[in-house]
Order: sequence, then structure tokens, then C-alpha cells
Amino acid sequence: MTYVKDQSFKQDSLEISIAEPKDYFALLKPRVMYLVVLTALAGIMTAPGHVHGLIGFVSLLAIAVGAGASGALNMWYDADIDAIMTRTRTRPVPSGRITGDQALAFGLILSFASVFTLGLVANWLAASLLAFTIFFYAVIYTMWLKRWTPQNIVIGGAAGAFPPIVGCAAASGSITWDSVILFTIIFLWTPPHFWALAILKSQDYEEAGVPMMPNAKGLDRTRLEILIYSLLLAPVGVLPWLFGFASPVYGVLSIVSGLGFVALAWRVFQRRTGKPADSAAKGLFAYSILYLFLLFGVLVIETAGALILNRLG
Amino acid sequence: MMMAETDTQIGIKLNPAQEKSRRNRNIAIGLILAALIVLFYAVTIVKLGPSVLNRPL
Repeated sequence: MTYVKDQSFKQDSLEISIAEPKDYFALLKPRVMYLVVLTALAGIMTAPGHVHGLIGFVSLLAIAVGAGASGALNMWYDADIDAIMTRTRTRPVPSGRITGDQALAFGLILSFASVFTLGLVANWLAASLLAFTIFFYAVIYTMWLKRWTPQNIVIGGAAGAFPPIVGCAAASGSITWDSVILFTIIFLWTPPHFWALAILKSQDYEEAGVPMMPNAKGLDRTRLEILIYSLLLAPVGVLPWLFGFASPVYGVLSIVSGLGFVALAWRVFQRRTGKPADSAAKGLFAYSILYLFLLFGVLVIETAGALILNRLG
Repeated sequence: MMMAETDTQIGIKLNPAQEKSRRNRNIAIGLILAALIVLFYAVTIVKLGPSVLNRPL
């Protein structure tokens, strides 16, 4: 046995993590997770039949963690372009608080853990759908579409739209038309939401080499497509009421807020230069978040209310 | 005594920032594991039914 006296490494050369738990939490893209929790909850609540509260809660937790895991895998792969863009350069990997390998390991472990937990707690249809969602976001969107086509967030938006379907499958073991309608709302909402932000950050995307619609096809084309998707979204947002799984209160709110969405998209379409153009894009971006929270929030609250009244009555 | 002194010199000495972050990570992992134990126990009872506790030994 040899006793090594002369240590050939220097302590400073070793990468010893100084990452805090909050850095790992940031890898999960918490703001996206909140939206996933709300939309998946809407899928669970509107699913046919009855699911035990605890099973519903753990399913929701697994779906949220699965979405967070795909966010961590996205940050691992996109660290190079995140470091270039002002909006993303403070993320844990490009800022050096977490290494790429740590982010990859974290994302993979949480992916497997969330899928298997959902499979064991709910059912394997829901687990398969969650696995597909993670694969779609991390591989199809992040590794392929994002750097290849300006339609990246149109097709990739499907990943963000899946949670209601996964939630419905977890609660009922099946995929219903109701959950497909909720999927369609999020799917049509994603392009105007992201492109409103991309108009403001067009230079960033150009420098990072990401072909987003504004820098790849031009701002005029982006404004037109925002308007088209908004015109498609507004009536689809009313469908939950027309299909009978939301109340007239939801119906009125969805019509009014949908008209508001189209009005703001029209403002983005009309104002094309200077500060008015920027403020129009900012307004639509902020309103789009409010719009989705409003629709799904009302859906969850009134479904929960009906459930409670049913139990009491 | 001599050996003990040598042992303390071998290895990597963490600076205060590294020690603090490692302690915080360990606490977070511990809390998450404890929460998961409680959660999986509760799920097991819900899925199998309360009668699982009421069996002849």
C-alpha cells in the first residue's frame, strides 16, 4: 500500500457546489409550474367519476414535479443560449451556481420519480402521458424545434397544454373531450403569449441564434399571427360552457375576457413602432397570463363549489 | 496521535460558504424525504383501505 504524500490536485481546482436549495427550485421553472398545477387541477376536477382527495393531490404533485423536471432538462441543454439572453442569464446553470451535470442529473431523477409515482399512485395511462410530456418538452421542443424553426413554440406549446389531459387521465383513467378542449385552449394561447414577449426580446433571440417568429419572419408577420391565434383562442375559450362542463358565469367571463384578448392583440397589430408598440406587446403578455389564470381558476373554483354543495346536499 | 494529526490534513477543507450551502441542501433533502415517507404511507393506507391495519398477526 502506498501512502501518497504529495497530493497532485489543488483544492481550488475542484468544483465544490455552493448551490442552495432555492437554486434547485429555480431549475424547476416555478412560474411555469404554478400554471401547470392550475391547469392539471382543472383536468382532475372536471374528470368524470370520483377520485380520493389524497390521490388527486399526489397526482397533482407528480405532474408538477414532472413539469419541473422537464424545465431542469431544458435549462441543462439550453445553458449556452441562456447565457447570452438577458432574460435568462441569471438562471442557475449559466450563472455558475449549478453545473450542467448537476442540472441533468436533477432533471432525470425527478423525471423518473414523478412518472413512477404517478403510475403507482394513479394509473399507468397518466404516467405514460406525463412521460410523453416530459419527452416532448425536453427532446422534441428543447433539443430539436427551438433552434430549428420559428414554429417552435406553436408545436412545442403542446407540451405545456398536456397537463389537463394528464390530470384527467390520473383522476379517471381515461381521456375525455373536456380535457381535450382544455388542451386546445392552452395550445392556442401559447403562440400569442410567447410572441408578445418575443417582440420585446427579439434582439436577444437574434443574438442567441434562436429562430423565434419576430427575428426569423419579421415583426409584421408576428403581429398578424398573434391576431389570428387570438381570434381562434377567444371562441375556443368559451367551449367549456358550451359543452356543459362550466357554468354560465364562466361563459360570460370567457366571452368578455376573450374579447379583451382580441382587443389587445388588435392593439399589438396596429401599433408597430416605438414605445406604443412595446407597451402594446407588454400589455398583451401580462393580460395573457391573467386570461389563462382567470379561465382555469374560475373552472376550478366552480367545480370545487359544485362538489362541496353536492356533498352537503 | 501522530496518525490523527496526519488524517486531519488529508482531504478537502470546505470554506464557510460551501459548508453552509451543503448544510442547507442536506436539510432540504431531509425534509423532502420525511414528507415523502408520510405521503407514501398515507397513499398506501388510502389505496389498500384502512382494514390493512386490522389483520391477525
